[in-house]
Amino acid sequence: MTRLIAKSPLAGVLPVEVEGAALREVAVDRMTSIAPFKGKERAVSAALKEALGVGFPAPNRSAAKNGARIVWTGRGQAMLIGAEAPEALRGIAALTDQSDAWAVMQLEGALAEAALARLVPLDLRSGVFKRGHTARSMLFHMTCSITRVAPQGFEIMVMRSMGQTAVHDLAVAMRSVAAQSEG
Amino acid sequence: MRLTCPLCGARDRREFTYQCDAVALDRPAAEAPPEDWHAYIHLRDNPAGETRDLWYHDPCGSWLVVTRDTRTHAIHATALAAEVKR
Repeated sequence: MTRLIAKSPLAGVLPVEVEGAALREVAVDRMTSIAPFKGKERAVSAALKEALGVGFPAPNRSAAKNGARIVWTGRGQAMLIGAEAPEALRGIAALTDQSDAWAVMQLEGALAEAALARLVPLDLRSGVFKRGHTARSMLFHMTCSITRVAPQGFEIMVMRSMGQTAVHDLAVAMRSVAAQSEG
Repeated sequence: MRLTCPLCGARDRREFTYQCDAVALDRPAAEAPPEDWHAYIHLRDNPAGETRDLWYHDPCGSWLVVTRDTRTHAIHATALAAEVKR
């Protein structure tokens, strides 16, 4: 039998570290997109709450409990990360396995906000964009999902095929803000 | 130019893609007379003033109906196409 070696989306290009910010890959073992069928939004949220303790998130919000995380990723869609989709969702929501489809990384450090300000046309400062808040926006030229997961930490998701470009763009911004903050 | 996505809030123009006049939401019935289909497919006004367009918010996947003024470039209103159509 051929043995296949699983390769993470950003293997070989991360981590990137500069003074004041670090970009690391986030290992995702299971990710499923959940899109409730028309009129089933409440039933889907109730089924999620019952099985995992987190409901279907409102737009621009995320939630986490016992290792299961759910992140709003668009109109009528959220990503369930780190847990299998509950059986009870069958028939009331469209479920798609996305485990290998996204490059997920975490940007952390005192300069994380400043680096993202170079690339993302959003106010991500902590007074406005608090822990648990999430947004779909642009990372330079590509669409992305950004979630604040720590006081100085963001989780950034892009399509896997664009992962290396995203790392390049982020690394350029990180080096630039780090160089300018030294002076 | 900034547009307000009803889900995401006010966002930069670069996040949006223009599609067409919002007449696309008023698709005639399959058995409608040819004149209606002709108007739906080919005939467009070119108003100096208020116009309604369809725009796509790329990151979140929402279709919007944007009401704007072609003379002043003012954006008067945005709404989810799914709710306008309902």
